Amino acid sequence: MQAQVQTDQHPQPPSDWRPRAATAARLGPHATELARIADKVRAAERICGDEALILHEHADIVLLGELANLVRLRHNPNPVVTYVVDRNINPYNACITDCGFCAFYAKPKSNRTYVLDREEIMDKVAETAALGGRQVLMQGGHHPTIKSDWWCDLIQEIGSRFPQINCHTLSAPELEHFERIERRPVEEIIKDLAQAGWGSLPGGGAEMLVERVRKIIAPKKTTTDRWLEIHRKVHEAGLRSSATMMYGNVETAAERIEHFVRLRELQDETGGLTAFACWNTQPEGVPEEHLYPRKSTPGLYLRTQSVARIYMDNIRHMQTSYVTQGIKMAQISLRFGCDDFGGTMLEENVVSAAGCSNLQAIDDLERVIERAGYTPIQRNSWYGIADERYDAPAVDPSRWPNSREEAAYHQAAGRASLSLVPEPSPSHTVFPEADRRGPGAALSKPISEIQA
Amino acid sequence: MSPLTTSQAIPPSAAFSTAAHTSAQQLLFEQADRAGLGDIAQKVIRSERLTYDDGIALYENADLFAVGALANHVRERLHGDATYFNVNQHINYTNLCNRLCKFCAFQRLPGQDGAYLMTPEDAAEKITEQLDQPVTEVHVVGGVWPKLDYNYYLDLLRAIKAARPDIHIKGFTMVEIDEIVKQAKKPIADVLAELKEAGLDSCPGGGAEVFSESVRQATYPQKMPGTRWLEVARAVHKADLFSNCTMLHGHVDTPADRVDHLIKLRELQDDSLAKPGGHLQAYIPLSFHPDNSEMAHIEGPTALDELREIAVSRLLLDNIPHIKAYWILMDIPTAQTALSFGANDVDGTVVEEKIYHEAGATTPQEVQREELVHWIEDAGRVPVERNTTYRAIGDAKGRFETSIN
Repeated sequence: MQAQVQTDQHPQPPSDWRPRAATAARLGPHATELARIADKVRAAERICGDEALILHEHADIVLLGELANLVRLRHNPNPVVTYVVDRNINPYNACITDCGFCAFYAKPKSNRTYVLDREEIMDKVAETAALGGRQVLMQGGHHPTIKSDWWCDLIQEIGSRFPQINCHTLSAPELEHFERIERRPVEEIIKDLAQAGWGSLPGGGAEMLVERVRKIIAPKKTTTDRWLEIHRKVHEAGLRSSATMMYGNVETAAERIEHFVRLRELQDETGGLTAFACWNTQPEGVPEEHLYPRKSTPGLYLRTQSVARIYMDNIRHMQTSYVTQGIKMAQISLRFGCDDFGGTMLEENVVSAAGCSNLQAIDDLERVIERAGYTPIQRNSWYGIADERYDAPAVDPSRWPNSREEAAYHQAAGRASLSLVPEPSPSHTVFPEADRRGPGAALSKPISEIQA
Repeated sequence: MSPLTTSQAIPPSAAFSTAAHTSAQQLLFEQADRAGLGDIAQKVIRSERLTYDDGIALYENADLFAVGALANHVRERLHGDATYFNVNQHINYTNLCNRLCKFCAFQRLPGQDGAYLMTPEDAAEKITEQLDQPVTEVHVVGGVWPKLDYNYYLDLLRAIKAARPDIHIKGFTMVEIDEIVKQAKKPIADVLAELKEAGLDSCPGGGAEVFSESVRQATYPQKMPGTRWLEVARAVHKADLFSNCTMLHGHVDTPADRVDHLIKLRELQDDSLAKPGGHLQAYIPLSFHPDNSEMAHIEGPTALDELREIAVSRLLLDNIPHIKAYWILMDIPTAQTALSFGANDVDGTVVEEKIYHEAGATTPQEVQREELVHWIEDAGRVPVERNTTYRAIGDAKGRFETSIN
C-alpha cells in the first residue's frame, strides 16, 4: 500500500534528533512542500509515509496542531472528550523477556516476584466497581508457568460477579507467550479467552513496530509482524483492540513514521483498532538506563502525537497520556488531535490515598477537559458512552457501542473499517470554547445534542 | 538601541527569500481569515497597532491556533528562533508583608509560622553559596514591611554587590520602591539614584497584578492602585533603569480588564521610549496559583489559558521587545509550547524561588542550564543565554546555522 519509508536516509543517532528550526517551517526550503501537504490534509486526502515524515521533521507545531485538530473533527465532530473509569491490575510480575526499559518486571527466580491471590484481585475489581468503574486493565509479565486457563478462570469470575466491568486485558506479546508455552495456535487461545468473556485487547508491547529497534530494546519480545498478526486475529475473532507506541529511545524519526504506516495498513484491513496512544520512554531507574538517551521533552510528544493523528486517518480515537505527560500537556494535546483522556487508573489513587481522593482526581480531570472547551463523558472499553449523565439507550451503537458484540458489528459485516461510518463533512469550524473563566458550560447536554 | 530592533544573536529573516516571506504571509492571512481574524491579520502583517477591540476579539476567538499563528509571526519577525534564558538566582529577603493580598500564599505577619526576615549578611551568604555557579543575575524581591528602614535596602544591595561584584541586581518591584520611598522621606528620583549607587541595576515587573480598580478593591485593596504602579515605573525609567512588567491573570479578571491592562503598559512604554532613560524589556504573564491562598476556591488558569495570554500579549504589546513564558510557573510542557505562541524568553535557572512554591508550583527548584537548552531545542528553537539586558552570552549563532536545514 504505502512505500516503506527509507530509514537509512537518516543516519544521525536519534538521541541527537531535534526538530528543525521553527522559522524554517514557513520560510525555509520545505515551506512549499509543507503547504502542499497541509492543503492535502485540509482536503481530507490521505498523505503517504514520506509526507508524514516531512510533517514530522519540518512542520512547526502550530501547523501540526491545526491539521491534527481538523482530522480529529472529521472523526469526532462533537466537542466531547471521553475517558474510562478503570484500574490497572498487574496480577504477577515475573517475566522472562528482560526488556531493558522496564522497571516493573522481576526475573522468575528473583525474590521480588509476586502473584496476587484471586481474592486480592477480586477485591481490587470490587473497589473499581464501587467507584463506577467500567474496565480493568490487567497485564502481567511473561510468566514461565501461568497459562491462559488461569486467565480464562479469572475473566469468567470477574464477568459473573461484575458484569459491568470489562476485562481490557493481556497484550499481544503475552498471547504469543501462551502460544509458546501451551504449544497450540494463538487462535485457540483467543477463542478460549473470548468464550470466557474477554472483551478487548490493549495495545501494549508494541514499543516500536520496527525490527531494527526491537532487536536493540526488546530482542526477546514479539516481532513486529507477529504483533500485528495477533491483533489481526483478535479482530477476526470479533474483538477490538487498541494500539500504542513507545518512542524516544533508539529510533529515528523515519522509524516513528514506519510504525504509523504499519498500524494504518492493519487498520485498513480490519478496522479493529479503537484508539492509538503514544508516550516517550521513561528511562529513569530501568535496568538498562545507561543505554537510553535522555528522556525526550513534551515538545516531541506534541509533535509525534499530532503526526499520528494526521497520518492514521482511519483510527477513530487518539488517547492522550496524562500519566506520562502530566495534566497540562494532556490538556494542550486535546487541541492537537486527542479526543480521549484514557483511564482514570484508580489503582494509583487507591494505594496512595483513601476515600474520596479518587473522586477528586476525576473532578480534576473533568475540570481540565471542560476548561479546554469540551464536555467530559465517561466511556466503556469500546468508546461507547457509559455515563449516567447521558441517556445511554438513545445512543447509536454504530458510533457508541455498548458491548463487545456491538463494537464488532461493522467489522463482521463486510470487513469495512469502522471509521467509514458516515460522518458530517469536515469544515474549518472549531469548537466553541466554554466560557474561559467560568465553570464548564456544557456538562448537562442531552445526548441528542451531543450526537448531532 | 531601539528595543524593537530584532534580536542581535540571530538575524531572523535575512536567511530567507522575499518570496518565502510573501507566501508565508499569504498563508497566515488565509488561516486567520478563516477564523474571522482577517482584519487583525492584515494589521499584524503590516506591523500596525492593534486596538482595544482587537484585543477583546483575540481573547474571545475560538480558534486558538489562528491567534497563536499571528503571535508566532510577530515573535519570529522580532526574534527568529532565538529563545532567551539566563542563569539566575532569586533572593526573597522577607515574607513579612502588610498588604494582605488575597491571592498570595507567601505573605506572613510577625509570629506566624514560617515568617522570616533576612539580614543583608544572610542575603550575601546566599550569593556566596552560588559563587562557583555561572550566575549573572540576582532577582531580589520581598514582602512590603514598613518596619524595615531605608538603610536596610541600601545595605542589602551593598552586601550583595560586595559578595559578587559582577552580578546584576534586578531588585524591588514598583510596590517595594513605593514603600522604600516612603521610608526614605525623600523624592523618588533621589531614592532611585541612591539605590543605583548602592548596586541596583534594574527592576523586575511584579506587583502590577491587574490595573483594574474594581479588581483591586475586591482582591488586594491594600496594594497601590494601578495608576501609582505606572507612575513609579515612569520614575524608574526616568532614572535610567530598565524594568519588566507583568499581569496576574486567571482569578477574577475579565478579558476587558486584561486588554485594558496591556494597553496601559503599551502607553507607558510609548512614553518611556520617547524619552531618554530606561524602558520595559519584557512582559511576563503571571498565572494565578490558587493553592494555599485566600482565593483557593478559584480555579486558576489552565494550560490553554496560559497559551492564549502569551499570544494576545505578544500581539498587543507591539513596543515591548520580549514576552516571557516563565517556565517555573507555567511548567515545562506549557512554556515549551508557548515558544510557538509568541514567547521568546523562558526566564532562567532560578535558584531559591520561594513565592510560587508556597502557592503550590511543583517545578524543581534547580534545573540545570543544560536541561533548559534541551527543551528549548526540542521546540525547534535556538537557545540563547542572555544577561539581564538581553545581550547574548556565548556562541548561539553557530548552533543556529547548523539547525536551519
